[in-house]
Amino acid sequence: MSIANMSRAAPRRRRFRWDRLVGELGLLAVGALLLIWWFLPIYNMFLIALDPDGRPEFSGYIWPPHPTLMAFEAVLFKGYWYLEDFWHQLGNSFYIGIATMLLTVFIGSLASFALSRMRLHRSWAISTSALVVYAIPQYFLVVPYYRLMHSYGLMDSLWSVIFADVTFAVPYALLILIWYSRLIPVELDDAARIDGASPLQVYWRIYMPLMAPALAAVGTYALLVAWNEYLYQFLLLSSHSNKTVAITIAEFFENDDSPWNFMVAAAIVYSLPPIAVFYALRRYMAAGLTRGGVKA
Amino acid sequence: MSIDQPAYATRRFAIEGPPPASWRISLHGSELRWAIAFVVPYAAVLIVFAFYPLVYGLWMASDPGLYAHLFASDEYWESVTTTLLFVGIGVNINMFLALFLSGYFLRKRWWIKALLVISMVPWALPLQPAFTSFHWMLIFPGFIDNLSWKVFGVDSPDFFHHYWSALGANIAAYTWKTVPFWTIILLAGRMAIPQDLYEAAEIDGANGFERFIHVVVPLLANLFLVCTLLCTVWMLGDFNTADIVSSGAPDGTTDVLATLGVDYLFEQGRPALGVATVVSALPVLIPLGYLLVRRLRNREVEL
Repeated sequence: MSIANMSRAAPRRRRFRWDRLVGELGLLAVGALLLIWWFLPIYNMFLIALDPDGRPEFSGYIWPPHPTLMAFEAVLFKGYWYLEDFWHQLGNSFYIGIATMLLTVFIGSLASFALSRMRLHRSWAISTSALVVYAIPQYFLVVPYYRLMHSYGLMDSLWSVIFADVTFAVPYALLILIWYSRLIPVELDDAARIDGASPLQVYWRIYMPLMAPALAAVGTYALLVAWNEYLYQFLLLSSHSNKTVAITIAEFFENDDSPWNFMVAAAIVYSLPPIAVFYALRRYMAAGLTRGGVKA
Repeated sequence: MSIDQPAYATRRFAIEGPPPASWRISLHGSELRWAIAFVVPYAAVLIVFAFYPLVYGLWMASDPGLYAHLFASDEYWESVTTTLLFVGIGVNINMFLALFLSGYFLRKRWWIKALLVISMVPWALPLQPAFTSFHWMLIFPGFIDNLSWKVFGVDSPDFFHHYWSALGANIAAYTWKTVPFWTIILLAGRMAIPQDLYEAAEIDGANGFERFIHVVVPLLANLFLVCTLLCTVWMLGDFNTADIVSSGAPDGTTDVLATLGVDYLFEQGRPALGVATVVSALPVLIPLGYLLVRRLRNREVEL
């Protein structure tokens, strides 16, 4: 290559590097803005939880001058009368979450097996009904649901909330499981049946093990639905023994005299289980999310 | 070997009889009963806890007098306007940001991949603590005001004292929570577009914007439409944002139909009016739901 050619090429390369540098800086700036945006409310939660008085916003701080873990200690060791039953309430939240998860997986897997593997006649009617429920916003049913729970005798029962959560989680589970089951060859079912397996055995010994990743996705989703859901818990549960953490946080919120640092510390502890579950199973969740869409 | 196999198969048939017909072809007798039994729990949940409450709700709201009362009420029309603004502005912001971020997360950088993992924190965080934090962050004087004073030396607006800023706070909180979810969906859709198409467009001289218009837009259109419809339906039914973030402030003007319906039920003890508030949204919700169901069915449930 001649020197003349090199001198012509040099500015082009330099310009190219500048473009890249500007592009990289742009990407970094967007990344920094996103991080600030995502973590601002979370930072605010820690700001309040770590403040000894729990009201740093009135004192003009953007970081407490004397941060303390006192509020977390109060949550862990029941150091405030509002938090006396925190662990019992967290247990209720877990009970609702795990029951919703198990029931959703059980009901969804059975129905998806019948619809997608056994090809039950007129299965389109059932899958369409799932789509219809999927498109109904949760709050649309809240008033009649409240009245009906009275007549079913399920008011102030954890099961009334569990049934509400299952109702809204199962359609999604069914859609995902039907989609995923299409990836598994039907010949496996046929081979098992030739060997004399009953439908129940095919379901339990062939279908369920092969569907494990999709079951993990819908189970995690159901747990998140139950953990995120607040309106039905707030309306349907009233007694002291059946309260959940979500209800206690709402009561804190409505009482101006509450020590907010205790409440926010409780909210942070309450937020940890779904985040842990989500990140532990995020590979399955990502596959599930991209195939069915989720009620956010 | 090729000769032995049919002979072996014939022997098996002779001993055991022909194999049962595939479920794909026929379903009879005990197998049909098993299939029905497998569907029964699902059908029971749907009938008892979804369709029956739905029909019961429609029956509760069947008195025309309820609608006459609603339509004569200022707070109802105020909540209708707020709901339309919340949904109309919110859906557009959500979907635009999700589309933009899905392109951003396609970049091949290790730190962008790490950001993608972190981006799901708002979605995984329980809704109630997150929205409560938004409320306290935006109250006056709150964290945003403190930050604004420290950084810029000026006070922030009193968000919940003015209608538009309170509505904006609701939309911002909802966007914060749900954009990561829509981003992941659109990102998956964009990753499914074959790389060859981008390369062919590049060879034809298309720049980045032209590749987006002529490759991404046509191939992502259906997925984008389904996401937009779902986002609209869910925002239309959102109760939590208006209840927790703005709490209806100022003076209940940022109440949406969902919060007004629950308010009628519990604060005013008029459940039928609460259901009628909800039912009055059906003329918008039914066409949206119909379009959505058709789109999802046509695409064999895949988003």
